[in-house]
Amino acid sequence: MPVEAYLNAIVGGVLTGLVYGLSALGLSVIFGVIRIVNFAHGELMVLGMYLALVLFRRLGLEPLESVPVVAVILFCFGYALQAGIVNRLMHVPEHMQFLLLAAVGMVITSATLMVFGPDAQNVFVSYAFDSFALPGGLLIDKVRLYAGVASVILAVALLLFFRYTRTGKSIRACADNNLGARIIGLNVRRLFALTFGIGAACIGAAGSIILMLVDVHPYLASEYTLVAFVIVIIGGLGSPLGALLGGLLVGVSEALAGLLVEPSLKTMFSFGLLILTLLVRPQGLLGDRA
Amino acid sequence: MSRVRRPADWLRRSARREVGAVVAMVAVLAVAPFVVNSYVLTVLINVMFMALLGLAWNIMFGFAGQLSLGHALFVGLGAYTSAAIAVHFGYGPAFGAIAAVLVATAVGALVGVLGFRFSISGVYFILLTIAFSEFVRILVNHLDWLGGTGGLFLPVRNRSSSDILNLRGSPEMFYYVILTFTGLTLALCAALLRSRLGFYWLAIRENPRAAEALGVDVFRYKMLAVMLSTALTAIGGVFYAFYYNNLFPDQIFSVGFSIEITLGPIVGGVGTLFGPIIGALLLSPLGELLTAWTAQWKIDGLKQLFFGITVVLIIMYQPMGIWPWLYGKLRSRKPTAD
Repeated sequence: MPVEAYLNAIVGGVLTGLVYGLSALGLSVIFGVIRIVNFAHGELMVLGMYLALVLFRRLGLEPLESVPVVAVILFCFGYALQAGIVNRLMHVPEHMQFLLLAAVGMVITSATLMVFGPDAQNVFVSYAFDSFALPGGLLIDKVRLYAGVASVILAVALLLFFRYTRTGKSIRACADNNLGARIIGLNVRRLFALTFGIGAACIGAAGSIILMLVDVHPYLASEYTLVAFVIVIIGGLGSPLGALLGGLLVGVSEALAGLLVEPSLKTMFSFGLLILTLLVRPQGLLGDRA
Repeated sequence: MSRVRRPADWLRRSARREVGAVVAMVAVLAVAPFVVNSYVLTVLINVMFMALLGLAWNIMFGFAGQLSLGHALFVGLGAYTSAAIAVHFGYGPAFGAIAAVLVATAVGALVGVLGFRFSISGVYFILLTIAFSEFVRILVNHLDWLGGTGGLFLPVRNRSSSDILNLRGSPEMFYYVILTFTGLTLALCAALLRSRLGFYWLAIRENPRAAEALGVDVFRYKMLAVMLSTALTAIGGVFYAFYYNNLFPDQIFSVGFSIEITLGPIVGGVGTLFGPIIGALLLSPLGELLTAWTAQWKIDGLKQLFFGITVVLIIMYQPMGIWPWLYGKLRSRKPTAD
């Protein structure tokens, strides 16, 4: 096989991986601060995809244009979920929280199934088949490039928010020392709700972006949940940069598996990677020892 | 009668009452096929099947505290092993069940060794179970020997005459088969809860470090829980294969099915003896009713929507499940009866 084929696959994988990374960042933020594992992750992402689909069909907004709208809607959803349900259940055993969110995911999946039906649906943007030709036989799809760049911009914005704004610092304070944060008068419950909202907005934005690359159907949800878990575990649960790095690795490994073996086997490679990481370095590439 | 009771007395009395309740339940269930119509019978078969899976899952999580969200894997392994043996080599389910239990237990042991030897716990262990089940789902989708995506089918013949050894026959026969297996599993669980092993499991569930400090071989008993749970789940899988006669990897290995297995015990009461049974008795008929009522509107997903909302409500308002609450009600109503 020519070298260009590999290069193209790797570049495509990197760009898709950046979108995965943005979505995994949402999972990572929620876990890192609230210490809740969001088992409804893929469902939120699919919800974002369907919102973008509706905005495209009804208002003619392209997926990239609808990112802010979808992010705001998902933010409200995440905020309400944390403020209304999860905040009350911070004291129940961990597994009950997993199951609660898995059940929330089930509700979202069946709701999308009832509203949109089981068939795969997609969005065609005007530049869907355009690509940039680079020297050396490299072809980069326009949609993939835009998707990757948009994801990086959003991820960087989020990291800057956590680093420099007052609210971002307060949220990090809650994550570092819950009791200490309460002692200095932070409203931890409100900040948790805010965090879940921000995480959900991140996931929704990623969903909106990825709609340019894949068709949406309700059963995509469990696949995306698992991919995001694989990514954050490879990168290190709770580490934002780890999420992006893991996203890149999984994106590239999927692209190469699709090229070398068979596209439908690509998820098996991610799971192989996951099992390997759990055994060799369970805290992930950039994670702290638990 | 004094409110202060010696624990031994209380245990014995509650045991007697539980045995009485079980005998009554078995009697009702045993005559059911003569009373109800064939539709209700299929619902009852489904109830018993889900109860068996719930009981098996409950051993691992409810008793020993190891949460698996990939238990569909072991149903699928049991079903595919016995079905493949029947289709390719012509051996019946009796032989197939032995092979199925061996295969499922071996895979369960592998998950257990990886998880417990490398101290993968909490959410990481859950993900390990999900990852294994997804891995096998995709693998079976690509194995032509097992039918791949197209599914594996058992030949359907002579439904009129019952042949228990080959598991071919009427719904009544299937009903009694699954009733027997679920009953035996319930009895096994009851015995386990009262055994030394059961108390070790509870110790591990409540505080693994303290259990270890007391000299409980945590690794060994966790492994026992996983292997027993997966073996029983595989038996359920064998029943699934011969009752439904068709197997599709995307159905039987799906994460959705794994979650459905956990619902009955969670709604009924995790870690309790009767929780899985109560949960299956409530959820399966409700699911069937919802499917039947909404069939005319052709809306997919209503059953899952309802199940999801139920679980959210149960976790919010009755996190211990229905059975402990029901048991408390029954006891407080007649405090002098025991």
